[in-house]
Amino acid sequence: MKVLYFAHLKEILNIKEEQITLSKDLTVLDFKQYLNEQHPELKDETYQIAVNEEFVQDQSVVTNEDIIALIPPVSGG
Amino acid sequence: MKQFEIVEESINPEVYREWTLNSKQGAIVVFTGHVREWTKGIKTEYLAYEAYVPMAEKKMSQIGDEIAEKWPGTIVAIAHRIGELQISDIAVVISVSSPHRRDAYEANEYAIERIKEIVPIWKKEIWEDGEEWQGSQKQYHSSSIMEDES
Repeated sequence: MKVLYFAHLKEILNIKEEQITLSKDLTVLDFKQYLNEQHPELKDETYQIAVNEEFVQDQSVVTNEDIIALIPPVSGG
Repeated sequence: MKQFEIVEESINPEVYREWTLNSKQGAIVVFTGHVREWTKGIKTEYLAYEAYVPMAEKKMSQIGDEIAEKWPGTIVAIAHRIGELQISDIAVVISVSSPHRRDAYEANEYAIERIKEIVPIWKKEIWEDGEEWQGSQKQYHSSSIMEDES
């Protein structure tokens, strides 16, 4: 899967995207846990997960075919 | 232009105003949001906006759908600029036309509120002595996940 990072999250991780291969499909909640283990810097950050350009709920499932984006609190306008 | 778009160059509101006009419409409300020099006593040098472009355009289009449902007969166009913006530059334009003015005013205000809730665009303020990504000015995000309206 492709994982995209934006704004503040992109800066603290110093990457704007990465390729991740999961050993199995995960719920969004478990995927966040997985990300926090990979990137401890994310632990205290507030963000939502978007899958294929839609916001999803914690019980949704993410797969290796998906494009995931971490969406920090938005501030457009 | 597209009806809902993220752009990298300066915004001409007239383009969007004209796009929303047809012979059925008796009113157009055009909102432009600008880069402000002073925020809470701190002087901004310039702003940098970033977007998740395809999703941002999709979410702006969703706002258009919400408006069409709430205010039938309105026509909406929205553009948001990204990149480095200087003081007084236009960051966002929202044009709403309607047969009657009230719907155009209401729908236009609704659009900017929704942009601040669900559209993945981020603003970084750059000051003389530092910079910071701004978080949501609004409580985030209960409404961002589409659910069946009950």
